[in-house]
Amino acid sequence: MTRTLPPGTRPGSAPEALIVPPGTQTPGSIATRSPLRREGPEKLTGLAKYADDLVFPGAWYGATIRSTEPHAALLAIDQDPAFDWARVVVVTAADIPGENIVSLIRDDQPILVPVGGEIRHYAEPVCLIAAPDRETLRVAKRHLRLRTERLAAVFDPLESSEEISHCEVATGDLEAGFAEADVVIEGTYRVGHQEQLYIENQAMIAVPHPDGGVTVHGSCQCPYYIHRALKRSLQLTDAQAVVVQAETGGGFGGKEEYPSIVALHAALLARRAGRPVRMIYDRHEDLSATTKRHPAVIRHRTGVTGDGRLVAQEIEVVMDAGAYCTLSPVVLSRGVLHAAGPYRCPNVRIRGRAMATNTPPNGAFRGFGAPQTEFAAEMQVNRIAEALGISPLELRRRWAYHEGDSTPTGQVLRESVAALDVLEAAAEASDFVRHAEQTRRAREARQSGARVASGIGLAMGWHGAGFTGSGEVHIAGVASVELTDSGGVRVLTAQTEMGQGTRTIFPQLVAAELGLEIDAVEVAAQDTSIVPDSGPTVASRTAMVVGGLIINAARRLRGHVEAATGHPFADSYRDFAREHGGLRVDEHFEPYPNVHFDDATYTGDAYPAFGWACAVARVDVDLDTGEVAVRDVVSADDAGRIIHPVLAEGQVEGGTLQAVGYATIEEIKLVDGRYLNDRLATYLIPTALDAPRIEAILVEKAFSGAPHGAKGIGELPMDVGAPAVVAAIHDATGVWIHDLPATPERILAAMTGAPVPAAPGVSAPAIERGAA
Amino acid sequence: MSYRFLVNGDPVEVEVPGMRRLLDVLREDLALTGTKEGCGEGECGACSVLLDGAVVDSCLVPICQVDGTSVRTVEGLGSAGQLNDLQAAFLQTGGAQCGICTPGMLMAAEAFLAAGGGTDDEAIRAAIAGNLCRCTGYTKIVQAIALAAEQRRSAGHDSI
Repeated sequence: MTRTLPPGTRPGSAPEALIVPPGTQTPGSIATRSPLRREGPEKLTGLAKYADDLVFPGAWYGATIRSTEPHAALLAIDQDPAFDWARVVVVTAADIPGENIVSLIRDDQPILVPVGGEIRHYAEPVCLIAAPDRETLRVAKRHLRLRTERLAAVFDPLESSEEISHCEVATGDLEAGFAEADVVIEGTYRVGHQEQLYIENQAMIAVPHPDGGVTVHGSCQCPYYIHRALKRSLQLTDAQAVVVQAETGGGFGGKEEYPSIVALHAALLARRAGRPVRMIYDRHEDLSATTKRHPAVIRHRTGVTGDGRLVAQEIEVVMDAGAYCTLSPVVLSRGVLHAAGPYRCPNVRIRGRAMATNTPPNGAFRGFGAPQTEFAAEMQVNRIAEALGISPLELRRRWAYHEGDSTPTGQVLRESVAALDVLEAAAEASDFVRHAEQTRRAREARQSGARVASGIGLAMGWHGAGFTGSGEVHIAGVASVELTDSGGVRVLTAQTEMGQGTRTIFPQLVAAELGLEIDAVEVAAQDTSIVPDSGPTVASRTAMVVGGLIINAARRLRGHVEAATGHPFADSYRDFAREHGGLRVDEHFEPYPNVHFDDATYTGDAYPAFGWACAVARVDVDLDTGEVAVRDVVSADDAGRIIHPVLAEGQVEGGTLQAVGYATIEEIKLVDGRYLNDRLATYLIPTALDAPRIEAILVEKAFSGAPHGAKGIGELPMDVGAPAVVAAIHDATGVWIHDLPATPERILAAMTGAPVPAAPGVSAPAIERGAA
Repeated sequence: MSYRFLVNGDPVEVEVPGMRRLLDVLREDLALTGTKEGCGEGECGACSVLLDGAVVDSCLVPICQVDGTSVRTVEGLGSAGQLNDLQAAFLQTGGAQCGICTPGMLMAAEAFLAAGGGTDDEAIRAAIAGNLCRCTGYTKIVQAIALAAEQRRSAGHDSI
């Protein structure tokens, strides 16, 4: 029987090997620091089981009936009597035993729109059907009709009167700042939706228990989000709701909150059908209905003195939340907190609003609000550099944060500030100065009729690691390391593997603490009946926050075993388990020392630490067509101490390409609140031929608050890629593209004065039927 | 209708409608779930398999066209205990992250290498241009294929 070590039995001293003083490089070559991916062989042979690979004998197929209007009253759900409804099961809002709410931040989103209720967006779930085979399901769907009465819809967040949330950050005296300024530069920047486009679609399979409970297996980032949602809406106990993560084919935030909806739907159907139900989305449904990155409109007004000092920043951020709250207040908050960029400025005011529209709700996506606002911030800095006649590299050298500087929330950046380090690393590796001189000369010498222009662009950014403000305190995560009865060591957390490498770095961290080989440390399945709630796998928190918890747990386990045996852990743990049985150490999150944030006034330490990034992009622009080829990108990223260089590079390379897609080709077009390009044939992401050559440079400015010195890395590259690409387009063409993506249409419009395409992210009105 | 063909060298016979997708026959009738579905319309390449050595999207191939052919899937490469050189190169470079595109990517790369493909970056990228990956930025996938090409080339030289 495994015992649990009570809290507070901390050994006096920790092993010294992994305590990294700030600013030091970790020794060891990449080969020895980068063990092979733990689940790699299964993924490379087709053995790894993703949700749709799981077989449950007798399982039925589930489908979601969705609204086909952006805003309407739901009058009735008509079941055609011509169909034999005994062949299938149907679930409506009336069949939900508990609250008809998708449990998240605000209780505004129903699991299914009730009859008499309000449809607030296209593709909103209204009812569910399960059938024994796909053909019966298809026929049943055709015999079901929604009767609705159309209501007026709002598509533009600037015209919406329904505010989901707002927040404000201010420091200094804005008026005094502008009074001191010699140059004031204004700019408005708009960004549209972006789809996460994990290659595995949303997928959940629910298996009912005889006692009314349910187990769901599926693709997700946050098993405990789903666990809470199931308990609340199906009226289940902790033990009756079980969530098991299947191998997950990418998430990028898209599987943070949406899987709760898929799981609730599958579970409702499974309980009604009395058998397992498979809810596997196809790409069309996934693109039509699931969350996207928030569109945003960001206005800047910046004051600079004649000698190039930044003295005032006034920023307004408006985000389009879509029809429901989902995570928008937190996305907005992160966007606002990053909106001024990593620059010292005494007088700042940032105001943000998330507004409701009648479009599908937007949600989490890598960067979580920061890519939008940092795009605008970097556009602004690059335009100021041009206006002042200063190199964008030099201007950032003057403005970038140093240790000891204060952010607009009053957070003093006491340590682990690598703004200048990443700037210089990226500038040097890309040979920025020489290339910028070459492209300038080429531009000045360009004859009319030239066909292709090359450009280089630079952008930098920062990203708060872990949850915003007091988020980690509210999550109160618990992670465990266990010596099992049989003398094994395993890590128990709810942190999911979705490609980023959790299942590889956790054994690395624990093995190093215990003096074991990596293979001696197992990772328990992400199954809520087995692992504690260590919080969601989001916000670049897994390596830093939960990695820190398991290191501390391992230290306590080691201390206890060594105190009992008098021998090093590695030599004695098997004997200990034989004599005393298993021992599990639960480590509870404790606030980082000297990190305080006031949620009410939005002041203090917004994040325990920041990561820093700089990207330099080189592009060729076809001057006839406006097409952009991104040739190469250098991305220098500081994520504190790097645990696994190969996995970390993989994060930088993958995040950079998502940013390049955001900058150039990824755009959702809408008509009447419906996504038009809701297939992979029309929503394009970069292929291997579109992708630039990406050079990832890892800068290691360790964070002393985490026992291993690590900060987060996943989101950083997403913040800086797009503004670097757009700066390079400007360098090539001389025009600034204020709206993302910088499509050929927008570039040609800016170059030739042709009509400017519609703003990204805003739906066109319905096309009148019968209109000429 | 009944259709007979080879899967990874073994003869199989399936009794299914002729328009059933090869993808579904592999995954559901033959329980070979290594081949994945990403879009169902031939855009993502997650379902890539080799049909008589050529890369095809198995979501676009009706089973009636498979009769009498030889199909190769990811299950026909090395096993988890004994990866083939290409799989090992992916593992070494970090070419697989979430892994959902990996089986299709491996099959496209196998076809490229089998056709004598070398280490040229552009040629490798062209060979996998029909296979979307959202995790890696393709850098480490291209490195893995180049590494396997290099190893096959030197192995070929050794045997001469």
